[in-house]
Amino acid sequence: MSLHILKSGLLDTIQDEGRYGFGHLGVNRSGAMDRVGMAVANFLVGNAVGEAVLEMHFPAPEIRLEAPVLLALAGANFTAEADSVSVPLHTPVLLQAGVSIKFQKKRAGTRCYLAAGGGFALDAWLGSCSTNLVAGAGGWKGRALRAGDMLALRQNTLGVQPGSGEKMQCLPWSVNVSDFYPANQPIRFCPGPEYTWLDTDSQSSLAKTAWQITAQSNRMGYRLKGANLQQERVTELVSSVVAPGTIQLLPNGQPIVLMTDCQTTGGYPRIGQIIQADLPRLAQLGAGQAFSLQAVSLETAFAALQEQTQILRRMKTGCALKLSMMLTTQR
Amino acid sequence: MTYQIQPLGDQGLCISWGNTIDMRVNSLVLALNDHLLQLQLPGMLDLIPAYSSLSILFDARRMLREFPQQQPYDYMCKRVALEIQKITEVNYSEGRLVEIPVCYDQSMAPDLERIARQNKLDPAEIIRLHSSRTYRVYMLGFLPGFPYMGAVDDRLATPRLASPRQLVPAGSVGIAGSQTGIYPLDAPGGWNLIGRTPLRLFDPNRAEPALLRPGDQIRFTPISLAAFQKNIPAP
Repeated sequence: MSLHILKSGLLDTIQDEGRYGFGHLGVNRSGAMDRVGMAVANFLVGNAVGEAVLEMHFPAPEIRLEAPVLLALAGANFTAEADSVSVPLHTPVLLQAGVSIKFQKKRAGTRCYLAAGGGFALDAWLGSCSTNLVAGAGGWKGRALRAGDMLALRQNTLGVQPGSGEKMQCLPWSVNVSDFYPANQPIRFCPGPEYTWLDTDSQSSLAKTAWQITAQSNRMGYRLKGANLQQERVTELVSSVVAPGTIQLLPNGQPIVLMTDCQTTGGYPRIGQIIQADLPRLAQLGAGQAFSLQAVSLETAFAALQEQTQILRRMKTGCALKLSMMLTTQR
Repeated sequence: MTYQIQPLGDQGLCISWGNTIDMRVNSLVLALNDHLLQLQLPGMLDLIPAYSSLSILFDARRMLREFPQQQPYDYMCKRVALEIQKITEVNYSEGRLVEIPVCYDQSMAPDLERIARQNKLDPAEIIRLHSSRTYRVYMLGFLPGFPYMGAVDDRLATPRLASPRQLVPAGSVGIAGSQTGIYPLDAPGGWNLIGRTPLRLFDPNRAEPALLRPGDQIRFTPISLAAFQKNIPAP
């Protein structure tokens, strides 16, 4: 029961909702960049929302299934193929042992999530299966996947088995994720603890600028290009909390958005905090792409998060129902 | 002591007692940290104690589901304000005294001679000054298990390197401003390196991966290169 990595991709890691409770020791969160993508992939195969998934970047790995697997892909579209047959996104698929999955071309998005029914058989480190690359711990051996790795899978608790014959069987439903990734909408943020350190011109250019994600961007953070922001107050800041989504202002006037592999503390002014509901959408943008920022209230942030969580919960119920109905007819 | 609570968007809140490196303030931070750690407020995910601030990261998704009538940030603010009142004893004495052996040999201290030159001191005097104080671990951050300690003798205080090194070996002991710190893992970094410890400050396989905790008292003991090499832990 395993996934065999035949060829590694740019950065393939095991991630879940992240590691919490050890921030006082400087242990950072890690976790899936796009939590919605992770959740959707999990729901489709009947897993819990935060079951560990494989997060892939492009070029993505080549994977051979050493056992039949109920699998789903979500997030970025890397044009997946199973033995040269196209694998749809956001759809549960049953694949036979021996099938190889390849990703041909990056069509949309930056990170693709692969969930396997039953999940990966991994030991949690400090309560989470997320890979912490800086500590070299958690996930799969604390590192990105390499050719030759054999990722063991747990027994698929649903007992879903592929029919004989066909290499791939798409189950007859898929989910619509367009609500989560509205095109051309601004990424919303709440003003951060040092927002008022910006002069008024810079406060307004923060919202007016088309911010471009530079090539110096990864799971730790996105450096942005667009406008030079000025501080009205220049004070040396002693280190204090930062979190994924924190917008820091670097001494050269350039903002950086911290992402999920960021440190627990930092010393640059925190001018904003991206709202959690919009982090998945930001995670699917990549180097060269641009977005705008919009300041919102905390109430808006919580309302957006609540709405997103409710849509996800309905999706989970719907997926579970369809899977159980299919099983009933199968028996 | 007066404090201010500010939101970290919809993820948490930051309680700060000014922007300062001060033992009394930090004691209050750590006392409240311990108190809240014991209490485990519903929805609390992580506590991040720093020099003069304590931050709470919370699970807004769960709080919105379990207490739909409460705005999570307001709820946490109210709870925290109640708990802060209970912290009256700020003589934080939980810290352990930990001895850290350090090899100050030239081969492991690429910035020692420069600091000596800049301050018109003998390198041996730098070593003596660095290893003759007891330091406080104010906080851990930057890397898993990285202790921010202070304060060094004024004659040792040196600003960070203008351009950080690509790779600082694990165990390196450095100085940045009036702070001293130890790199727990191989990482890029801009601190001035004056020595190296054979101890592992962070080991994911230990039950307690981080060797140090905020509030600990640290003493550096100079060791020879031979002693360092004998004490290097197996990888």
